[in-house]
Amino acid sequence: MGNHSSAAGENYLNHEKGLWSWLTTVDHKRIGLMYMITVMFFFLVGGIMALLLRLELFAPNTVQGVGQVLKNGDIYNQVLTYHGAIMVFMVIVPGIPAILGNFFLPIHLGAKDVAFPKINLLSWYCFMAGAALAIATFFTHKIDTGWTFYTPYSIRTGTSTVLMVLGAFIMGMSSVLTGLNFIVTVHKLRAPGMTMHRMPLFVWALYSTAILQMLATPVLAITLLLLAAEKIFGVGIFDPALGGDPVLFQHFFWFYSHPAVYIMILPAMGIVSELIATFSRKVIFGYTAIAYSSLGIAAVSFFVWGHHMFVSGQSATAGIIFSFITMLVGVPTAIKMFNWVATIYKGSVRFDSPMLFALGFLFLFAIGGVTGIMLAVLPIDVHFHDTYFVVAHFHYVMVGGTLMALMGGFYYWFPKMFGKMFNESLARLSFVFIFVGFNVTFFPQFVLGAMGMPRRYFDYIPAYETLNKISTVGSWLILTGFLFGLYTIVQGIRKGEKAPMNPWGAKTLEWQTSSPPPHFNFDVEPVVTAGPYEYR
Amino acid sequence: MMWFNLAKAQSFMPTEGTEIAKQVDNLYGFLLITSFIACVLVIGGMIYFVYKYKRKSDNDKTAYISHNTALEFLWSFIPLVIFLAVFAWGWYIYHGMRTMPKNALEINVLGKQWAWEIEYKNGFKAVNEVVVPVNTDVKLLLTSQDVIHSFFVPSFRIKQDAVPGRYTALWFNATKLGEFHIFCAEYCGTSHSGMIGKLRVVTQEEFNKYLEEGQEEGQLPLAKRGEKLFALKACASCHSVDSPAVKVGPSLFKKFGTEEVLEGGAKVVVDENYLRESILQPNAKIVNGFPHGVMPTFQGQINENELNALVEYVKSLSGK
Repeated sequence: MGNHSSAAGENYLNHEKGLWSWLTTVDHKRIGLMYMITVMFFFLVGGIMALLLRLELFAPNTVQGVGQVLKNGDIYNQVLTYHGAIMVFMVIVPGIPAILGNFFLPIHLGAKDVAFPKINLLSWYCFMAGAALAIATFFTHKIDTGWTFYTPYSIRTGTSTVLMVLGAFIMGMSSVLTGLNFIVTVHKLRAPGMTMHRMPLFVWALYSTAILQMLATPVLAITLLLLAAEKIFGVGIFDPALGGDPVLFQHFFWFYSHPAVYIMILPAMGIVSELIATFSRKVIFGYTAIAYSSLGIAAVSFFVWGHHMFVSGQSATAGIIFSFITMLVGVPTAIKMFNWVATIYKGSVRFDSPMLFALGFLFLFAIGGVTGIMLAVLPIDVHFHDTYFVVAHFHYVMVGGTLMALMGGFYYWFPKMFGKMFNESLARLSFVFIFVGFNVTFFPQFVLGAMGMPRRYFDYIPAYETLNKISTVGSWLILTGFLFGLYTIVQGIRKGEKAPMNPWGAKTLEWQTSSPPPHFNFDVEPVVTAGPYEYR
Repeated sequence: MMWFNLAKAQSFMPTEGTEIAKQVDNLYGFLLITSFIACVLVIGGMIYFVYKYKRKSDNDKTAYISHNTALEFLWSFIPLVIFLAVFAWGWYIYHGMRTMPKNALEINVLGKQWAWEIEYKNGFKAVNEVVVPVNTDVKLLLTSQDVIHSFFVPSFRIKQDAVPGRYTALWFNATKLGEFHIFCAEYCGTSHSGMIGKLRVVTQEEFNKYLEEGQEEGQLPLAKRGEKLFALKACASCHSVDSPAVKVGPSLFKKFGTEEVLEGGAKVVVDENYLRESILQPNAKIVNGFPHGVMPTFQGQINENELNALVEYVKSLSGK
């Protein structure tokens, strides 16, 4: 190892050869790439389903032809369910931590690998096994419960909910294992001099996420097992016909799934912090505030689940308390937004494609954030709950937020991961299409929601037609953007120019090793003497 | 306050049918304006900065500003105050929304896949149509017979889940005459989006007349009674009666007396007995091409008289 190996052009990609060496690898970088390929595949599948849904909604069903892409309500509901379940459980939740987190967390800390490399590989296999089970339902008896599996519908619908729920359970295990690995890695494997307060903010974000994954996911696991028990044995926990309480399921479900929203968004915030600092070439404003607001958001996120249930029949008092705590989450989130903007102030800004995605994130997340506040206000949520306003809001946060950051982070670290540069013009083109398409698709949905169009509708009244048309056209622009993105990546890997060690002039540790990194990340163990963004 | 009214007009909310709707829209209008200002500050600030501090050379020096306690306190404190104020305002309106008025006109609403069944105190039942008098407190007592549904009237800004195994309630006082949409807002399966009803606000006199006429339906001719029952049991959400178009189940238009091919090729004539059997044991003889287990059985839910009325109604669809 050591200096000798990398001098000979050896890196993690060519360290070992053959498919088997990949399937048995314990190298966190290779595992990150394996996640990348699988997540991209699921994203493609989920995306095609989204396009089908939008095509169906292009016109009301009274219009012959165009309004009837999916044959009937059942098929629509199935496609809707798979779109949601795939995008949540197989794309956005694992997305950033499993791909970019796996690849860069140890390097950011100056470590050789994660704390438990074999568990890391196991988590990939868990993910694949869970995903395989979930996808298998597609070929047996398609499920149509929506990704939330609300009882008693999920108990009554004659479909293979149990199999799907088991798949989600196993994928949850993968999530717990990754979280555990990250927490131990952060605490135990930091290079000499890397204090907690010298960690990059991406690591802080992953660390907060990992805590959430460890604490929240088991609740989902138990809930899903109870649901399976209810379905198979009829034990009477959630089914009112057996004396159970269907609203109890919602409490259990959101106790996981609300923190999960932050599992999806916190890593994105981490990436944005890195991008803004690097491309403004400036020390991040309010490092501690950003780091601790991540932890703060993680902590508070456990106490806000009831805001999904303002009209479910839970008590008015519960509604008021949940509304209050939910408003509080807005504060650390606002702090982060202001910090990012303040970081740009008096900086030296470069508009490379990763920075464009970061700025796109700020734009979309601002809109997602303020509409989130609206939804936290009780009487307004009573009107907006389960309408397209909610659909628009969470797409702004989860797609506009997480996917923008994922794309930005991906372009940012692409030279490091593959040792090649990508075509910058193509990457910018992909940004423009995704950004514009996204707004064209989802902004009209806020209006549709205000007008009263409920979500999960196979058909709608004529008053909603124009806005639905615009929204569908927007989805084609997003598709174009992602196709450009895919082409940029493939083209970059195949024919890109050789990447230098530090193409963006960044300060964090991953840029202090060769591109792509050697098998053990660094030829010489780094010693850290300063914070991560010391642009002086 | 012109800007405020402008924001409200641009909020795209449907007609305000109640006093509560006005209150909700006021708060929403306020939030729209504050949100807009917040977005302009953040996004505008961002755009201004990135252009002003665009990189000029490869060796640009940047300012080293790691934090600013006063500024950070201010931008945490101001949003906090706004959030708390908005929360309190919301709490106030919500309190009014959730405090059920005494002596309200009570109407029972039963959600089922995929229709709203409405029952008035005098025993009159209707489907997918709630009729209420104007300027009167009305309380809806909601429940469901199968899965969770959600009763949503956009124009009134009210929504409440109808949960099987328990009662939930909502109230309103309609201030405008007219017809308003009722949607089901909680996903409930195949025809979720077809579970649309209307809420008709009429004068007190019209309301009294409506109830009376409803009660007299027992004296209707057999086929007419069947038609009412057909609507009441929401048969129309799966079977069309005025065209051969297939919804979820086979169309009943001019079906009586014709021959149907069953799964496996056997044939059956659609006569009184086949109709009776299909209502009581829907899975016994399924027409080729339709799935099993979709139609619920009505065994034990309707009596012989009602069965007669339904069969008579289906016959009448063929002009026989």
